[in-house]
Amino acid sequence: MNDAFDIRGESHIEVHKFRAGAIIIATLLALVIQASFPVHFARAALLDFPLLVTIYFGLSRRNPSTGLLLGMFIGLLQDSLSGPTVPLGLYGIAKTIIGYLASSIGARLDTEHPAARFALTAAFFVAHQGLIVLTRRILLAQPEPWFNMQLFLAALVNAVVAVFVFLLLDRLRKN
Amino acid sequence: MVAIPSRHKSLVLLAGVIILQVLMLAVQIKRDSEGRLIRVWTVGAVSPFERAGSSGFGWFRTTWRHYFALQNTTRENEEIRRENDALKLQIAQLQGKAAEADRLAALLNFRQSHGDVPMIAARVIGTGAGTASLMVQLDRGERDGIRKNMGVITPDGVVGKVVESYPHASQVLLLTDKESGVGAMLADSRIQGPVGGQGEPFLVMKYVPNDDEVNPGERVITSGMDRIFPRDLPVGTVTEIKPGNPFKQIRVKPAANLERLEEVLVLLSLHPLEMKNEERPANAQPSAPVAGSPPPAARR
Repeated sequence: MNDAFDIRGESHIEVHKFRAGAIIIATLLALVIQASFPVHFARAALLDFPLLVTIYFGLSRRNPSTGLLLGMFIGLLQDSLSGPTVPLGLYGIAKTIIGYLASSIGARLDTEHPAARFALTAAFFVAHQGLIVLTRRILLAQPEPWFNMQLFLAALVNAVVAVFVFLLLDRLRKN
Repeated sequence: MVAIPSRHKSLVLLAGVIILQVLMLAVQIKRDSEGRLIRVWTVGAVSPFERAGSSGFGWFRTTWRHYFALQNTTRENEEIRRENDALKLQIAQLQGKAAEADRLAALLNFRQSHGDVPMIAARVIGTGAGTASLMVQLDRGERDGIRKNMGVITPDGVVGKVVESYPHASQVLLLTDKESGVGAMLADSRIQGPVGGQGEPFLVMKYVPNDDEVNPGERVITSGMDRIFPRDLPVGTVTEIKPGNPFKQIRVKPAANLERLEEVLVLLSLHPLEMKNEERPANAQPSAPVAGSPPPAARR
C-alpha cells in the first residue's frame, strides 16, 4: 500500500514510505488501545489514538486522497466500535476531513519537528471535536458544547502524547 | 506506482466521501417525530416539486376540463337529465309501492286480528262520475261474495257501505255522502247517535241532546245498531260542538282517510257482527238503543 516513495519537486518535502502493513497494524493497534485503555485507566478516555494515527499518516503521506480515505476508514472503524449509540459516520466524517486537511497541510509544511507536530495535533484535535459537535448538532439534533476546559485539556494531552507516538511511528518508515 | 490525483480530484473525492457518510448517517438517524432523517430529507427535497407539479397539473386539468373538453357536455347533460327524470319516476314508483305495502300490511294485520269476521280486501279502482255523490268503485263484486248493503272499512275506521254490486265490481257510498250514515256512539260516554255525511269532508253526529256532555277530541265508534257495521269500529273524532235546537251540532272528523282510499275491506256479512274490542274503557256502559235515534239514517 505504501510502497511509493518519492520527492515532490514543487514543495521539496518528502513523502514517506512505510513498511508493509504498518499503517494497517498501527490503525488496528490504535483502535484496540482506544477501546481497552479507558477500561483500566479512566483518564485515558481523553486520548484519541485513532485521531493521532490519522493525523500522523496524513502528515506523512501528504496525499489528500489517501489521507481522507484513511481517515474515513479509521473513523468508520471507530464508529463501529463505539456501540449502537454512535451512528456510523460520526467519526468517519470528522476523520475524513482531518485526514484531508492533514495531508494537505503536510504537503506544504515541514511537520517533522516536534513543536509543529504538537501545534498541528492540538489544532486538528480541536477541529475534529468541532466537526463532531457540528455533526451532532445538525444531523443528530444533540446539543453538545462546542468547547470547554476539559476539551482544551484533552487537546493539550493529545498533542503531548502525539509528539511521542509520532516518534514511535517514525520507526515504521522505510529509509 | 499509484498515480497521485490532482488537488481538484482530491476535493471531489473528499466531497463524495463526506456526502456518502452523511447519507449513511441520515439512513441511520431516526428522529422521534419525523422518522428517519433520510426520509425527512427526501420528502423535504421532493415535496416542493411534487407540490409545484400537482398545482401545475391541477391548473392544466381544470383549464382543460373547463375550457377545452366541453364538446360532449351538452349531450352528457341531456343524458344525465333524462337519467335523473327516470330515477325520479322510479323513486316515486318505489315510494308508492312501499306505501302500498304498508297499507296492505295494515289490512292483513287487521284481518288477522279479526279472524272471526269474514271480510275480503278490495282495491279502489275508481270514484263517482260526478260530484253529486261521494262514491268509490271496487275491483271486486258479486263473484267475490260482495252484496249490497255490506259494510266497507279500513283498519283506520268506517268507510261506507256497498250500494251496488256487479259481477266483477262494486260501488261504495262513502260515509261523507249526504245520503250515508252509520249507527254510532261516543266511546267514553256511550251516548248514541247516528253519524252521517253532509257532502263535505266532515261528518255530523245527530240527535245528541243539549244536556249530554260531549267533549272535543272524544272518539266516535260504531254502535252496531244499524245492523251493517259491527260495534266498536272507529268512526271518527269529535272536533266541534255547538248547542242546537233541540240537539247539539257535533262535527266529527272521519277516522278513515276517505279522500285517499286505495285498499279497503268489505265485511262479507249482512248479519250483525261482533268485532274484538281492544280499547273498551273500564267504565264503559253497555250500549243500548237510544230512544229517538233514527236507524233509517244509517241505512240509506
